Amino acid sequence: MIGIYFIGAFVIAGLVAVNRKILFNNILIITFGILQTGFTVYAAFHYKESTLQYFTFDSLGLLLLITLSIITIPALFHSYLYIKRHDETPHSRGIYFAAIIVLVTSITAAYFANHIAVIWIFTEMTTLSASALIYHHRNKLALEGTWKYVFICAISITFVFIGILFLSLSLQHAGSSDLSFSNLLANKDNLNPFWLRLAFLFIFTGFTAKLGLVPMYTAGIDAKDKAPAPAGALLSSVLMNLGFVGIFRFFIIVSHTSIFHWAQLVIFIAASLSIFVATVYMTKVVNIKRMFAYSSIEHMGIVMLGVAAGGIGYYAAVLHIILHAFVKSSLFFQFNQLYRTFQSKSIQYVGNYFKYNPAGAIVLLFAFISATAMPPSGLFVSEFLIFRSLFEGKYIILLVAVLILLTIVIWAFGRNIMKILFLPVPGIDESKIPKINPWESLTQYILLFTAVWLGLNPPSIFVQMIQDAVKILPN
Amino acid sequence: MTNVLLIIFIITLFYVAIANRIITFVRVLALQGFILFGVTFLQLKDIQTWNLVLILLETIVFKTIAVPFFLSYLIKRNKITRETEPYLPHFISLIITTLIVVVTILLANSIQETHLDKIFFIVSLSTLFTGLYFIASRKKIITHVMGYLMIENGVFVLSLAVGNEMPNLVNLGIMLDVFGSVLILGIFLNKIGDVFKAVDVDQLSNLKDY
Repeated sequence: MIGIYFIGAFVIAGLVAVNRKILFNNILIITFGILQTGFTVYAAFHYKESTLQYFTFDSLGLLLLITLSIITIPALFHSYLYIKRHDETPHSRGIYFAAIIVLVTSITAAYFANHIAVIWIFTEMTTLSASALIYHHRNKLALEGTWKYVFICAISITFVFIGILFLSLSLQHAGSSDLSFSNLLANKDNLNPFWLRLAFLFIFTGFTAKLGLVPMYTAGIDAKDKAPAPAGALLSSVLMNLGFVGIFRFFIIVSHTSIFHWAQLVIFIAASLSIFVATVYMTKVVNIKRMFAYSSIEHMGIVMLGVAAGGIGYYAAVLHIILHAFVKSSLFFQFNQLYRTFQSKSIQYVGNYFKYNPAGAIVLLFAFISATAMPPSGLFVSEFLIFRSLFEGKYIILLVAVLILLTIVIWAFGRNIMKILFLPVPGIDESKIPKINPWESLTQYILLFTAVWLGLNPPSIFVQMIQDAVKILPN
Repeated sequence: MTNVLLIIFIITLFYVAIANRIITFVRVLALQGFILFGVTFLQLKDIQTWNLVLILLETIVFKTIAVPFFLSYLIKRNKITRETEPYLPHFISLIITTLIVVVTILLANSIQETHLDKIFFIVSLSTLFTGLYFIASRKKIITHVMGYLMIENGVFVLSLAVGNEMPNLVNLGIMLDVFGSVLILGIFLNKIGDVFKAVDVDQLSNLKDY
């Protein structure tokens, strides 16, 4: 079935790219939406089974795939609106949708891959398709963003490859050459620690480009800024989850070896530096999209703190990454309406949004409450659990430092959002402000309420699946 | 013989560190491709013939001929000036490159390893760090790309070290080459040449936070 899904998705992507007729294109895009949903249902019914040798429908992959499929539908819908309003040529419209389809397909494949080299290949494909999305507007700034993204991702992908080579050296000490995760786990006691250490360092550094941590986070910020907002929603939610999958699956193996504590230390350093960097930029930033992107960096830092602290932190990290995907994508979906109202990305020229578009303003307000993890947001629960794991792990100084930084983030984020929502901009021409259809905010409401529901009152099967995804980790 | 080739490979790094003209970079890349062709031929003995042929073809056709030709075509087409324009003088570049190589050798000597010929490790790691240094210390975008291609060559050396046991990893390395080169060179360097007239990194600083 996964073979049929790949062939179907790539055929659709190819047809979308070459086709010129709008109606046929729309039918194809709807077909892809159905295919993606159908594949998700299929994966759910074949839970824990392996297919095509390199793919396993395990808990982590399935949870993230359901998240991806839920976000894909509004992403396609908002992309459709976006393209319709911008009066694109058939060519650029085709390339845009083909790139989205390839991006979603390769992320899906990478979620389920049970072999580190297969994850690597599909991560390469996401770089390829994401760069087409970032270059969508074909102007100087888009080119600059694309160039930086491609170059940094190419270097990080090389880093991951070097890591895989070191891992293979480490595995040779165990007399084996199969780099699948199950085989690595079976040989965990015979892996050579020196090469494993190098492998972890390189693979971790490489995947931070996708996950959005120090040191490779920079490219992602420019990418989310320059890509059209519906594509930016995918880049800042599900694509970051792909980086998490890459690191987390390898971390599971490392956690059973002698370098476990060293690896925790590496993650602690990268995660707390990321929160620090995000805080510094959040207080300065005036570009709204970049502000959202830095907020993602901060959340990924919190997630990785949970992974490094262990205990309840593993559960909370997986929960947090899922909820964050819903919240951040709804913020990006909402951004286009904001841009249409004010024709500006800069906080200085945006204000009093409640007056012009109340439905959208409530989305922004509610997404702000969610993203800063205030109750009743679902992220409050996961963030609270992560802080508890830090407390239980006796990382008190780190916890205090992170809490101070997060307070600054809430202040900076809140100041900007309140300015957007309530403070009038002097000299704005109200006759030019278009009327926004409130129904366009519906998907954002659904995503935000999903995040609240999953955080505050999660269904038992959801809890069981997260527990199953992290049960293999040592306590 | 493999060792001789790999030592020549290291010497090319020193040569690049003091090279003043971009075309020297291109020639060195071609030479490195040719060296890799030789190393592949001597090193990979236990793998299937068709796979060996594929890898040899990649090194000779892609690394030695196609990429350098395309680079010099780009230099001509975009009228890129001949100097590499480093931020630091050549002498300091040479010292830094030497330091990188020495530190890698010391690191390699500190480990006990039976499964790996250490010279592969030294060559690839020092190429990686030298490549990163070249990227950081040169002004033109095209020299950044060449630094990246050099890193790829270094990684290829490391993949050859484990190539007999895991030939698939060498194939993955080839995929990385093709991906990096086609995406970076083919599409974007072309576009960047069209859009930005003088191809300096100074022009790529318009995406800001404030």
